[in-house]
Amino acid sequence: MSKLGLITKGLIKENPTFVLVLGMCPTLATTTSAMNGLEMGLATMFVLILSNIVISLIAPVVPDKVHIPVYIVVIATFVTVLQLLMQAYVPQVYETLGLFIPLIVVNCIVLGRAEAFACKNSVGDSALDGIGIGIGFTLSLTVIGIVREILGSGSIFGWKFIAGDGILAFVMAPGAFLVLGYLMVLFNKLAKR
Amino acid sequence: MAAVSNLKNMVLSLTLVCLVCSAILGGVFAMTSAPIKAAEAAKTNASIARVLPDFESEPAKESVTVDGTEYVYYRVPGTGYAIISTVGGFGGPLTLMVGIDEKGIICNTVVLSHSETPGLGAKCQTDASFIDQFKGWDPAAKKLAVTKDGGEVDAITASTITSRAYSAAIANAYSVYLKLGGNE
Repeated sequence: MSKLGLITKGLIKENPTFVLVLGMCPTLATTTSAMNGLEMGLATMFVLILSNIVISLIAPVVPDKVHIPVYIVVIATFVTVLQLLMQAYVPQVYETLGLFIPLIVVNCIVLGRAEAFACKNSVGDSALDGIGIGIGFTLSLTVIGIVREILGSGSIFGWKFIAGDGILAFVMAPGAFLVLGYLMVLFNKLAKR
Repeated sequence: MAAVSNLKNMVLSLTLVCLVCSAILGGVFAMTSAPIKAAEAAKTNASIARVLPDFESEPAKESVTVDGTEYVYYRVPGTGYAIISTVGGFGGPLTLMVGIDEKGIICNTVVLSHSETPGLGAKCQTDASFIDQFKGWDPAAKKLAVTKDGGEVDAITASTITSRAYSAAIANAYSVYLKLGGNE
């Protein structure tokens, strides 16, 4: 597969949210606004790229029977590093996403890419795969966030265009399921063409 | 391609990975612990600055037990107290910081954390007409309870439970203030 293909497949053909349907917990929980979705996507991308790189490096020497624990330790390390860095340098972002950062450890996207791609491919390809899937995840979360923010709060990236509130259900959990479902239909219809 | 899964290899690889990872974590922790402390202190000081009038001296963190509950508060000499008070709200704990000056008058209140419903109870963070009614409130003269309960607090529309919790949190903070010596 071409190098460019490695990146673009994460956007459409293997879009983690709308096609692979992985990592639903952060998707539903953090997309209350466009900014939150974007930040969560970037945080996951950071972990994904680094863990893909390291796992593709160590995969040849890790015995098969312990590969899952080894990968989990690697991923958990990067997540904790990210958590400490966010707490120290962007405390406001950490406050909104706080609870969901440690959950990146068990995000199926990260472990899924380690298992399905990084352990069988070269370091460079794994890094590109991490970037591609990461961008796909970030864009998906941002789009869901934008739709929910427009409908639920009447604003885009915090910029309000109506006075008062929007349809509040969209900021809460039911709205997350509704928006995700309709976007998934739309996405797959357009992607099939 | 992978190494043989015998006991020696498995123990060795897991131990090595864990060692390296803990070393990295230790390093990052040492690097970030000072900025994290600074960020937390900045946040606390920003809250104190919002609930108390201009203060010069450094706030001192202390704690006191009133009616079996431990309250953390910041004493600002010459100005008053910033008391942290937690009560059960509609969706979970509601934590406020309440600024009370040395005469026992409430200066301002700020929500530190909450889990109220967006658009309804969560308005207790943004609804100026609700928050501002507590500025200059004298709990000795005006009862801290929503009008439905015979008090004088105007509740947020459709969020009586949150308003009730907010009032109770301030009332608790006031009892802490009284325990601390009040206006002697």
